[in-house]
Amino acid sequence: MIINHPLLGPRDAAEFVYLGDASLIDRPDWQDPLAAEKFHDYLYLRDNPVGNHRELWYHEQGDRSWLVVTRNTLTHEIIKVELATDVARKRGRSR
Amino acid sequence: MRYSAMRVLLEGLTGNRGWKPVWRDPEPKPQYDVVIVGGGGHGLATAYYLAKQFGQQNIAVLEKGWIGSGNVGRNTTIIRSNYLLPGNEPFYEFSLKLWEGLEQDFNYNAMVSQRSILNLIHSDPQRDAFARRANAMLLAGADAELVDAAQLRRELPFLDFDNARFPIRGGLFQRRGGTVRHDAVAWGYARGADSLGVDIIQNCEVTGFNIDNGICRGVETTRGNIRAGKTAVCVAGSSSRVMALAGMRLPIESHVLQAFVTEGLKPLLPGVITFGAGHFYVSQSDKGGLVFGGDIDGYNSYAQRGNLPVVEDVCEGGMAIMPMIGRARLLRSWGGIMDMSMDGSPFIDKTHIDGLYFNGGWCYGGFKATPASGYCYAHLLAKDTPHPTATEYRLDRFARGHLIDEKGQGAQPNLH
Repeated sequence: MIINHPLLGPRDAAEFVYLGDASLIDRPDWQDPLAAEKFHDYLYLRDNPVGNHRELWYHEQGDRSWLVVTRNTLTHEIIKVELATDVARKRGRSR
Repeated sequence: MRYSAMRVLLEGLTGNRGWKPVWRDPEPKPQYDVVIVGGGGHGLATAYYLAKQFGQQNIAVLEKGWIGSGNVGRNTTIIRSNYLLPGNEPFYEFSLKLWEGLEQDFNYNAMVSQRSILNLIHSDPQRDAFARRANAMLLAGADAELVDAAQLRRELPFLDFDNARFPIRGGLFQRRGGTVRHDAVAWGYARGADSLGVDIIQNCEVTGFNIDNGICRGVETTRGNIRAGKTAVCVAGSSSRVMALAGMRLPIESHVLQAFVTEGLKPLLPGVITFGAGHFYVSQSDKGGLVFGGDIDGYNSYAQRGNLPVVEDVCEGGMAIMPMIGRARLLRSWGGIMDMSMDGSPFIDKTHIDGLYFNGGWCYGGFKATPASGYCYAHLLAKDTPHPTATEYRLDRFARGHLIDEKGQGAQPNLH
């Protein structure tokens, strides 16, 4: 698979480390009264869909950026690649 | 029809005209006591033991494709019980004991071959870890044998003992481990279950569950609605897809695992050998091909095929322990979809929906577990209490903090 890095251009997926579902960006609030339940769901449960899947890849053997890759889990086709910091900022997660 | 040497002789003399299809092809009935979703090895074993050991009648197995089309026909056929943790080892040892009596039990030649499994040791700390594992195995009633490099040199002279990076210092043998003809396991269980009255319904995909006030009343399928007293899902690889139909999210990701087979060679490998410094395992099939595999590809996938970086990685593992493998030509490679769970261990449990049961999360260790998975799931379905060897395989173990993490990797499915 070739991941089209927003800054570096097309890079081989073997340069990256895979973390998993991009919902891992949305860490629950630790002060929430239901924090224990929410952290359980955050840490252990996954949607695991067939078809398009937004997921976190880390460019370990490159510029060490985190990417959000939208990829089809049935065909391995990569549809969209974004910098994770941009995605997180849009959701108000990052400074 | 019972198989025997006499039967083979008689059929041979009469032109083999007396053989019958080994299971029926029934139409689905409107109602069953137990409906098992998924006609793989585990689903068929569940039906077989439910009918045989737990006296249940009126059972159906629903299979989306055909019997043997999924992971039961896609694995590397290894059986073993060399686990460490108390939540796992008694279960896998129970499974190995069932393998040992399986062919007599269901009167089918599954080619169970206890040709041994060897885990190679490459360093002193690894020897300590394997000694601990061997002791855990012995405590659970399994067999384990720690051997040094000198003995291995006598038994397996072709290994690359003096490899500069990963020298071989010894190994952990489980002599009762080995291989089984995987298709024959599916066929044997299907035939056994069918002969006990189980309806095996192929080309019947479950498209939904009939859930009414928190009680599962049956399933909707491509061949009509079927009412069920108990609905038992057993579809590892597709667990998340199927359980999503019941509104459940699971602690599971689906990943692709590749396997490989070379051209047929003369007898070469006496048993199963695994690399201790990477992920590579190899055995030789009775047809002569070297059957081997390694790591999963490492990203969510429902494609039954993988990518080339892992092919290279697996082959490098092979070259590191037995360089002669480089002379063999690769004949075929294929992929199967694994339920990779958050701690690397499976589930055999009730769900929060009454009448709906779940079996899955087998990671890439499902084949060896087939008999015990079926037996323990049947136990749970018949008695509503877990089998003594499967009490830890609960869906709520993450919330309780009782993970069964053999590798100690944490909630990162692609590392298990």
